[in-house]
Amino acid sequence: MLVLFSMKNCFKLLSNHKVPTAGFKNTVKNGLILQSVSNDVYQNLAVEDWIHDHMNLEGKPILFFWRNSPSVVIGRHQNPWQECNLNLMREEGIKLARRRSGGGTVYHDMGNINLTFFTTKKKYDRMENMKLVVRAMNAVQPQLDVRATKRFDLLLDGQFKISGTASKIGRTTAYHHCTLLCSTDGTFLSSLLKSPYQGIKSNATASIPSVVKNLLEKDPTLTCEVLVNAIAAEYAAYHQIDNHINLINPTDETLFPGINSKAKELQTWEWIYGKTPKFSINTSFNILYEQSHLEIKVFIDIKNGRIEICNIEAPNHWLPLEICNKLNSSFIGSKFCPIETNMLTSILLRTCPEDRKLHSKWNILCENIKGIM
Amino acid sequence: MLEQYAESRLTFFHYGADTWEGSWLDCRTVPSLGLIGRLLATLSEPAETRYTWDSLLLAVSDQPIQHRPQFRCAAWEARQLVRRTWGRDAGRLICVRYFQTCTNVYVLKPKCVCVFGYPSLKYSHPHSLLKTTAALCGQIVQFKLSDIGEGIREVTVKEWFVKEGDTVSQFDSICEVQSDKASVTITSRYDGIIKKLYYNLDDIAYVGKPLVDIETEALKDSEEDVVETPAVSHDEHTHQEIKGQKTLATPAVRRLAMENNIKLSEVVGSGKDGRILKEDILNYLEKQTGAILPPSPKAEIVPPPPKPKDRTIPIPISKPLVFTGKDKTEPVKGFQKAMVKTMSAALKIPHFGYCDEVDLTELVKLREELKPIAFARGIKLSFMPFFLKAASLGLLQFPILNASVDENCQNITYKASHNIGIAMDTEQGLIVPNVKNVQICSLFEIASELNRLQKLGSVGQLSTTDLTGGTFTLSNIGSIGGTYAKAVILPPEVAIGALGSIKALPRFNQKGEVYKAQIMNVSWSADHRIIDGATMSRFSNLWKSYLENPAFMLLDLK
Repeated sequence: MLVLFSMKNCFKLLSNHKVPTAGFKNTVKNGLILQSVSNDVYQNLAVEDWIHDHMNLEGKPILFFWRNSPSVVIGRHQNPWQECNLNLMREEGIKLARRRSGGGTVYHDMGNINLTFFTTKKKYDRMENMKLVVRAMNAVQPQLDVRATKRFDLLLDGQFKISGTASKIGRTTAYHHCTLLCSTDGTFLSSLLKSPYQGIKSNATASIPSVVKNLLEKDPTLTCEVLVNAIAAEYAAYHQIDNHINLINPTDETLFPGINSKAKELQTWEWIYGKTPKFSINTSFNILYEQSHLEIKVFIDIKNGRIEICNIEAPNHWLPLEICNKLNSSFIGSKFCPIETNMLTSILLRTCPEDRKLHSKWNILCENIKGIM
Repeated sequence: MLEQYAESRLTFFHYGADTWEGSWLDCRTVPSLGLIGRLLATLSEPAETRYTWDSLLLAVSDQPIQHRPQFRCAAWEARQLVRRTWGRDAGRLICVRYFQTCTNVYVLKPKCVCVFGYPSLKYSHPHSLLKTTAALCGQIVQFKLSDIGEGIREVTVKEWFVKEGDTVSQFDSICEVQSDKASVTITSRYDGIIKKLYYNLDDIAYVGKPLVDIETEALKDSEEDVVETPAVSHDEHTHQEIKGQKTLATPAVRRLAMENNIKLSEVVGSGKDGRILKEDILNYLEKQTGAILPPSPKAEIVPPPPKPKDRTIPIPISKPLVFTGKDKTEPVKGFQKAMVKTMSAALKIPHFGYCDEVDLTELVKLREELKPIAFARGIKLSFMPFFLKAASLGLLQFPILNASVDENCQNITYKASHNIGIAMDTEQGLIVPNVKNVQICSLFEIASELNRLQKLGSVGQLSTTDLTGGTFTLSNIGSIGGTYAKAVILPPEVAIGALGSIKALPRFNQKGEVYKAQIMNVSWSADHRIIDGATMSRFSNLWKSYLENPAFMLLDLK
């Protein structure tokens, strides 16, 4: 029941700065159900931002369905180094995004449905939304044991988490979004959401790991499409609106003026990594060099994703102190990022005395340092 | 009775008894002026409100009206003093007002303090609110954390978007708080200056308790803090919006301007964000030869246009355009800092340049033939593999160009491998990965290696090995544009070549006929301490000959 039609008029009527509600005949209860045609996590997050910033949701709540290609999404105030395995993500080409709502880290792929409930600040009610989802699922499968917890998660059979929740409250509007695990790659999920980085001390919001399960494993009839339709039907019934799922293209500037710049902002390093709350790393690693083991101690303080204080201590006999200090001082102010570190160190090598041994030591040290980024 | 003080601060006193006891009024001084007044009151409490004031005269009493004559007396005395010190005109500017404070204390306050050229009043005590009919200053408002919904009583402050002293407008974001998976953006309800932040990062903030203190700039007549209707503010500011630019000024300044018949748009503000301060008005006044002009009541308050929605562009008055852009300074850090170090080291090398022109007509034809074959093998073939191979063949004849000198130029090391670097422009900046051992690679192998480096370079995944160990560099700046360049040698190398873009130009052939030639310019730079012009020239000629007649390469190919 997917109807693709021009959304222009609809949005104009709902937008703040256009003529409001003049054309809407049905004044009792209104609302919209949207589904994104894009699988790009940044574009979909940008749609959420756009609706949150630009639409007047007075009496017109919106439900938005979206699915993403494999990505990890962290909460607004989280620390990606603490939450996920960045090295694995870089190898596998998994995108990292930071959303604007709070909460914990989730893994998205095409087997995971995301639902966003947009309402005014006054009508913000998370429990109501979760109950709606539960009703929708029970309508499809009455025997399904799905319950909403106090933390607004959904538990299957009382123990498996199938949905996590987060929300954002602004001045006049608010949104509450949640995930729904249909057929996600579970093993991949657990390996990605496990951080290998040691020694991180941070006040960032930490995720609470839970045992998850796919709905499809429980019941093969519960595919993503079935669930989307069921939830849309329940929403339409609840808000007394037409059960039409409107497809939207998040890159359409005529529908969403300014959305592409929002999507771009979500992809910048400054947003994804730079918004990490201040944290420090206190760790050490061992290097094997010519049959001897050396311990390198690392103390780094990072603020806004950039290194503020850097103290890499290598044994004095192995690497002279002034070279170490040079390395430390050059890192200050640079991004805590392996790419930048790579370039930095190779450029610095040019200004070092020409010594093959020294260069190889330097290279080994830097490769290891990159490993903790 | 009234003496001159060098410097002091205004102190507020309570008047307790019948007598006016002598405590000298503390007042600010202007550099060469001293101002005096006398506060006739007795100190009743030790820790009093302290105000720094740019005017003076405060006589305070908590006795009601019957003591007013004494106030007048004090005011008269002050006015006399001012007149004596600065002349009649200044004295005229002083007048007194009576106010009733919240705590039933009368305050006597002169109106115009602008004489003394100080910035406007700074409140240090937020709670002693003087309900004045004309405020010379803003009012400190406590902005409390409003109800977030769902019965949430406490939240964690996660990020501040403002700091003390920042100016905020209504609806600007102040901070981000988090509560149980909900992230909430708190926006300001007022325009003003942030005076105090009540919480640090990661503190728990409580709903209903103060979050920040804001000093509101202007008390609107109705003292409403939410101005929803744009029409109202438009009227208030019409006489400043002549050029569509809103001028910032406190109500006292605006009144002063109005009374002196000054258009605020004509005054250049010297305060923050172009804010017009009292001294700006005074300076403007000084420039006018006469004294205070006869006030023409509604001259500068342009009434709202009679036509309903007439937003036509107002006729621009010929004034110099004011550019309000500001310089932005930020520290050089990270990658840029490293470049600074490298380039500073590079410039210690005495460079010399040598430029030449290469006719690539034959090479262009050859590449067109070879491109599809390389593509069939999955490789994009550009001109760079040819340039690299030709350079390597040239380096075999002139090994000094593939050398390296130590810091004091005491030893030259002739490098065996030709690791030729390619300058690459990425998001992060300039990086120079190199192709290892070009001397033993075929053209195809060089091409595939270049493809690999380019792909890794675009995603920033080049390894340290790729980025170090270079012995010679070619920079294809021509791919972006340009003809000639003066490249900087990257230490520890001793030579570098910059390739311009390939242009179609008319040239003469052997027979003297004009033909269309594909011309590229190359600019070499070399370390003159160990390389001389002749060597560079011969190398360049050799390299050129290989490229102009690609068949020659076959003779020397290894």
